[in-house]
Amino acid sequence: MAELVCMTVFESDPEERAVLENVAAMLEEFEKQRGNLIPILQAIQDKHSYLCGGAMEMVANHLDVALGEVYGVATFYNQFRFHPPGRHQIKVCLGTACHVAGGDIILENFERKLGIKDGETTPDREYSVERVACVGCCALAPVAVINDTVEGHIKPSRVEGIFVQFQVEREREEREEAERESSE
Amino acid sequence: MNKDDLTERFASILRRADRRARERRNEAIPTIYIVMSTCGLASGAAETKQAFEEALSDKDIGARIVPVGCLGHCYAEPLVVIDHPATGFPPICYHQVTVARARRLVRSYLEKGDPVFEYVLGALEENDLIPAVTDFARFNLEQRLVMEHCGRIDPDDIYQYIAAGGYSGLVKALCLEPEELIDEIETSGLRGRGGAGFPAGRKWRLASTAKADGKIIICNGDEGDPGAYMDRTILESNPHQLLEGLAICAYAVGADQAIVYVRAEYPLAVKTIKGAIKSAEGVALLGSTILGTTFSLNVSVFQGSGAFVCGEETALIQSIEGKRGMPQHRPPYPVEKGLWGRPTVVNNVKTLSSVPPIIKNGTEWFRGSGTETSPGTAIFSVVGNVKHPGLVEIAMGTSLRTLIFDVCGGIPNKKSFKAVQIGGPSGGCLPESFLDTPIDFDSLTQAGAMMGSGGMVVMDEDSCMVDVARYFIDFTQKESCGKCTFCRIGTRHLLNILDRITNGEGSEQDLELLGTLSEDIKLGSLCGLGETAPNPVLTSLRYFLDEYEAHIKENRCPAHKCRALTAFYIDLEKCARGCEVCVGCCPVEAIFTTRGRKKAIDQKLCVKCGECAVVCPPEYDAVLKVSPPELAPTLERTPDGK
Repeated sequence: MAELVCMTVFESDPEERAVLENVAAMLEEFEKQRGNLIPILQAIQDKHSYLCGGAMEMVANHLDVALGEVYGVATFYNQFRFHPPGRHQIKVCLGTACHVAGGDIILENFERKLGIKDGETTPDREYSVERVACVGCCALAPVAVINDTVEGHIKPSRVEGIFVQFQVEREREEREEAERESSE
Repeated sequence: MNKDDLTERFASILRRADRRARERRNEAIPTIYIVMSTCGLASGAAETKQAFEEALSDKDIGARIVPVGCLGHCYAEPLVVIDHPATGFPPICYHQVTVARARRLVRSYLEKGDPVFEYVLGALEENDLIPAVTDFARFNLEQRLVMEHCGRIDPDDIYQYIAAGGYSGLVKALCLEPEELIDEIETSGLRGRGGAGFPAGRKWRLASTAKADGKIIICNGDEGDPGAYMDRTILESNPHQLLEGLAICAYAVGADQAIVYVRAEYPLAVKTIKGAIKSAEGVALLGSTILGTTFSLNVSVFQGSGAFVCGEETALIQSIEGKRGMPQHRPPYPVEKGLWGRPTVVNNVKTLSSVPPIIKNGTEWFRGSGTETSPGTAIFSVVGNVKHPGLVEIAMGTSLRTLIFDVCGGIPNKKSFKAVQIGGPSGGCLPESFLDTPIDFDSLTQAGAMMGSGGMVVMDEDSCMVDVARYFIDFTQKESCGKCTFCRIGTRHLLNILDRITNGEGSEQDLELLGTLSEDIKLGSLCGLGETAPNPVLTSLRYFLDEYEAHIKENRCPAHKCRALTAFYIDLEKCARGCEVCVGCCPVEAIFTTRGRKKAIDQKLCVKCGECAVVCPPEYDAVLKVSPPELAPTLERTPDGK
């Protein structure tokens, strides 16, 4: 089960503080109705890509329900995430068609390459890996969604290729950055 | 309510729609229809569209690009239909239109009038020059009642749907008394397409007789089955037909509020349906005082957060109320006491989309296809090991053999058929002997599978049935809401047993235990999820017992699928000296060079991903897979690490 990582640190963490200020403004737009709980959580996650403990506490206060109830609902549904995702999000489809075509092998390759398990983010927050139930591209199985691009018919060696691509991109960015600095 | 006034108002909308359609045709410039639904976009439809735009502006050719919804032919994506009236050809459908092909089509067809035959899938109309798509089994064995307009019209343009005959069913319905309308649906024999097949007319009647105000209609688009995507396709490709059905249903039962429940994982579907509601309200086909009558319907969209159990109607209602999606005891049924305690009708996307054509064409027409007890059509997403996967709408009563071998082209790569899994995690695996079973609610249930959501996964000889059963139990175990003990803990134990068997640690008592535990879970669960969760285990035990026994007694996976029971090795007779292909692709560096400068696999490091077997050049074909793993000869690495 997910842990409420930021319950204790949000006071001091500037990143969390900024998130919470924004959540306060967001809550103004929603009526204080229990039926709004899921739409509110969706709106927060849409904006900040995860739910932190402080935000859930504010939602509980706003709707006047117990924090445990909000946490219970949030953890019940697959959509909600409790850790900040990586800069590059990798979602491996494990729907039926992808499973039959070897989707679990693809997931394993990503996990091994990054040294994390599904649902986790690398310590440098560069990558996160998660499994998704079905992205609805069954005719292209096995499928992985890298950021927002769907990679169909993905093979274990392609996993390697994806990281090489990211590496090349990062090096180019760094080079451009350096050039810009030297020209200034 | 004044009927003349109503029909006159609609006639003016219809005239506007026809005028727009005529104007488009009169422009006489080519039209390029690009399939831009989720699967199309996944195959690169957005890049294709951009390529068309760039090529057209380069050549300075005037053409209209129209994004359309899904035709259901996923194997041929990105699909493009080009209508170039000046050449005299009918509209032509092109398959796998990549960026390069898009440029070529502009250069050859749009500029010079040569239709580039090698990319043609077929013409959309009968003609003397190009074979029509209707000559192919994939098209002509299908019968499209619900998906008739999917992929043919722009889902964001309400007038295209109206020009194609849309919303005339609603007008006809509004001229009838609600009672007559329910009679009509009841005689049509329409059964709920969500899986269980409850007669839609009876549900509507129950709701209409409930004495309470503020009745609600919910469209259930919470498609949680991994491997089914027909609801998404309808929402993305023809949202107005669904809205029309929703309005007819609301009028029949006397509701003034409707909610479309869509999974948040379908962002395009959410966007499309929201836009469609807005444009329908804009021409008074939804909203307050529809077409000047006293009937009003307020439609909103609720985004589901991803829980398989929310497909169950009481759980779905709980989630709209902002709670955990846990099924509730029935009775009271939602038609008496549902969302916020009000009478609620929950109907599937496909059920509601079937309603407008029934009202428009009559019950006789609807009963003309399908069987006596299951009239109409069924929509399946056929995926897995078939040549032409995608969405298929066929008449109920068609045999599985026709669907898999004729419509979808059979099994590719010269493999043989092993099983078909129908109905997702609640369904079952049927072997070859059931291929002549007709597809309808009752026959499938009798065979141990079920219609379910309409997901169909075809499996060839390389699929292990124990592994497939394990996969589905893994899924239901995660998705169990936790309310009933047998479902919560029982599925976990089923998974543990199946894990043992697929790891080669199963015992013979396990088979008996699987059977009795499955029966107990069925009896001890409140909702459909628990009641049907053991189906994949029970059917695979019934039809593929020999595979379970091979795993347990011989430590062997007959399909060479379970990784703990298989091993790869390199046949030194076949391996080519000096070839390094497999070394480069191995993700764990398990392949080393032998003294004879050939390759061998270190079994301790190998993760059995199978990549070396894929890349080994076909002229050598030296990587072999065996089960049980002891059959693989072991070669130790030499001390120098080689």
